[in-house]
Amino acid sequence: MIVLKVENVTVGYTAVDILHGVSMEAKSGEIVSIIGPNGAGKSTLLKAIFGLLKPHQGKIILNDEDITGLKPDRIARKGISYVPQVDNVFPSLTIQENLEMGAFIRTDDFSQRLEEVYDLFPVMRERKKDKAGQLSGGQRQMVAMGRALMLDPQVLLLDEPSAGLAPLLVADIFEKVKEINATGVVIVIVEQNAREALKMAHHAYVLAMGRNVMDDKGEVLLADEEIGRLYLGG
Amino acid sequence: MELGGFIAYLVSLAIMASIYAVFCLGLNIQWGYTGLFNIGIAGFFCVGAYTSAMLTTPKPTGIYAQYVNQIFGLNLPFVVGLLGAAAVCGIIGFLIGIPTLKLREDYLAIATLGIAETFRLIFNNEHWLANGPRGLMGLPQPLQGIVSAKHYNYIYLIVVVIIMLFIYLLIERAIRSPWGRVLRAIREDEISASMSGKDIFHFKMQSLIFGSMVMGVGGALYAHYTKSISPDVFTPLYGTFIIWVMLMAGGSGNNKGAILGAYVIWGIWIGTSFMTDLLPYTLKARAPYIRFLLIGILLEIILIYRPQGMLGEEKRVSKLLEE
Amino acid sequence: MPELITYGIVLGSIIALGAIGLTLVYGIIRFANFAHGDLMSAGAYVALFVVTDFLAWVGIPDTNFGPFSFGWRMLIAFPISMVAVACVAIIFDRILYRKLRSKGSGAVIFAMSSLGAAFILRMVILIVWGADSLFYRPGMLRPAMDLPLGIKIRPDQVLIVIIAFSLIIFLHLFLQSTKMGKAMRATADNMQLALVSGIDTERIIIWTWGIGGALAAAGGILYGIDVQLQPSMGWNFLIPLFAAAILGTIGNIYGALLGGLIIGVAQQVSTAFLMPTYKPAVAFIIMIIILLVRPRGIFGGKSA
Repeated sequence: MIVLKVENVTVGYTAVDILHGVSMEAKSGEIVSIIGPNGAGKSTLLKAIFGLLKPHQGKIILNDEDITGLKPDRIARKGISYVPQVDNVFPSLTIQENLEMGAFIRTDDFSQRLEEVYDLFPVMRERKKDKAGQLSGGQRQMVAMGRALMLDPQVLLLDEPSAGLAPLLVADIFEKVKEINATGVVIVIVEQNAREALKMAHHAYVLAMGRNVMDDKGEVLLADEEIGRLYLGG
Repeated sequence: MELGGFIAYLVSLAIMASIYAVFCLGLNIQWGYTGLFNIGIAGFFCVGAYTSAMLTTPKPTGIYAQYVNQIFGLNLPFVVGLLGAAAVCGIIGFLIGIPTLKLREDYLAIATLGIAETFRLIFNNEHWLANGPRGLMGLPQPLQGIVSAKHYNYIYLIVVVIIMLFIYLLIERAIRSPWGRVLRAIREDEISASMSGKDIFHFKMQSLIFGSMVMGVGGALYAHYTKSISPDVFTPLYGTFIIWVMLMAGGSGNNKGAILGAYVIWGIWIGTSFMTDLLPYTLKARAPYIRFLLIGILLEIILIYRPQGMLGEEKRVSKLLEE
Repeated sequence: MPELITYGIVLGSIIALGAIGLTLVYGIIRFANFAHGDLMSAGAYVALFVVTDFLAWVGIPDTNFGPFSFGWRMLIAFPISMVAVACVAIIFDRILYRKLRSKGSGAVIFAMSSLGAAFILRMVILIVWGADSLFYRPGMLRPAMDLPLGIKIRPDQVLIVIIAFSLIIFLHLFLQSTKMGKAMRATADNMQLALVSGIDTERIIIWTWGIGGALAAAGGILYGIDVQLQPSMGWNFLIPLFAAAILGTIGNIYGALLGGLIIGVAQQVSTAFLMPTYKPAVAFIIMIIILLVRPRGIFGGKSA
């Protein structure tokens, strides 16, 4: 069943369009990876889905409902969460407060959800009174994901979660992404680390110059010679 | 009012508007072309006026010395007064720039505001410096004596307009030079990779000094027009706020707009005084406040609905940095 | 000297009330609000209106209140004025700054707009009350109390410090333990991420103006009680407020409190050597030194 569908979206900043008619879809239970060279418009796609940029053309559909042009807080209420690539924690707030901010729009009791998130990231439970600004890059990334999970989203958008992390931590983060996916959350992940992203993807899209180049199952793209040569450095 | 009186009135209006135009041109260098937020224009106004006054008046002697304290009085010609005012204001601009130009843009605003208030306090309190709150009187005027005192304002208007046009042409030239293009690039954050933070600092500093010098000239022109000055003239209202409204109304980044804004806003300002003459007697004492309230509201309307002002910024062919 | 330091703490707690609001606005809405001092004046004059006109009209007598120079009416006027000025600050935001936000204007345009707002507020005060100095209760002076070290202090001044610190503790509790308070801190940290988290940042902005305006009003009234009411009082506070906020690192309310106390004490102690009229200049000199030596203030440095 298709959960999230992007249809022919054209979007960009005031003067220049970054994406020119990009389409993609994510089915329930999937990890969808988006790869491509720098400047391909991968992050822009996530911003457009989350309502941070308004498409000039095309549609974004969540569970058969058109959410194109809605504001981020409306989209969050509909079940999509987003983790930006940088500046994705509140540094002067504690870990616990960061998670509470993730649940800001919830009016119900979210203490159970908080426990579930702590179960997913046990390190965070130990350090919940520490300020997020004091954490290492990998731990910040976990706090950022935890914050996004507080709304119990149906779809989680991740913008290069492995950027700037040591290789050992990268594996950790991808492990967590798979764990989150296993709880039933659809994941749309943008990655520079294309090989790893393809390995775990159920389906993957290749973007270049703001256009769809190719899409297929992760393992198929991983085996594709041209993709290998162009994007996997091999 | 008979015709002669009416024309004399228009001349006095034009003199003040032209003096304000000089300030607007100075502010335009800083704000319009470089994005520097100076809200202490009154400070440069004050220092320019006092510098010129002390350079051009003699140090009081005899019985006057008992009533008028003045740290020095050099009795030099008017032109030296103007140049001196420019020089001293340039130095002050330089000193203000050192701690602020590397920081966020609003720090300059806070610092200039502080310096303006500080100068006013100093001139008010330090009697030995320039006679304290009573101020200085009897400033000389250029080309005096070629017409009768009654008609002198015509001469002064010509002097002021010539100086204003000279400054206008000077700025136009500077702005069209490569130097001016760099300034606008800095304002628009279109900084090329070849520019270091140090370069940017230097360019901003040059702009700040240049604009401050022009303001110094404006202060001097004012002093020699009224012939007497005292610290209470250089308030944030008359010395800073109205100049900002003039530049925003005319169009920042446009020298013609700066001049036009000065004339239009000064015209409105004077015009509203006729309006408040119609107020009932009890409110008359507070009429200037009502007029300033209207000017304040006018500024807000401009900022929201027409931030480019009447003329808007002049389009120029080359926008980015060359080389 | 101990006496001057004590008076400095009184003045400093008034400055802190203004500086905390200024630093909150600067930290969350990201511009230098040049109208903040005039919000203080507005608070003082609204309280004057309530004390001398409104409550007189209602018929509440202004009987003496303990050992203080003001009467019972002030007790009612104080919160009314705080709420009123909070509304004024919010109204300015709705009719001016929100429009500029939606147009994407630069920080300097906001600052300029606030400069206009400052003049508008001051002109309204001048039109309504005129330029003369006024008092909440003319001619009412209470004997000073004697403290050790030869410190003479009026009961009013003790109360000023107590009220200021109570309000600041109240704000601290609000920011640390309520959902809205935490969201305000989050927005100050990273507005983009707050938006991404579904926090309605426009609502945060309204709260920020409300709190900033209310604290400014409190500061203005306390100054009016301690000294007098003057239409330019708030404008003259502007430089001490900025000096305190910069000294304590922009955006940091505890820094603004400490900065306010330091500036207040420095201003009062300076009167031992300088004419009292130079007080604003003293704050200005301290600010310039801070900008030269440590432009990010005493608490600045670690976060980006």
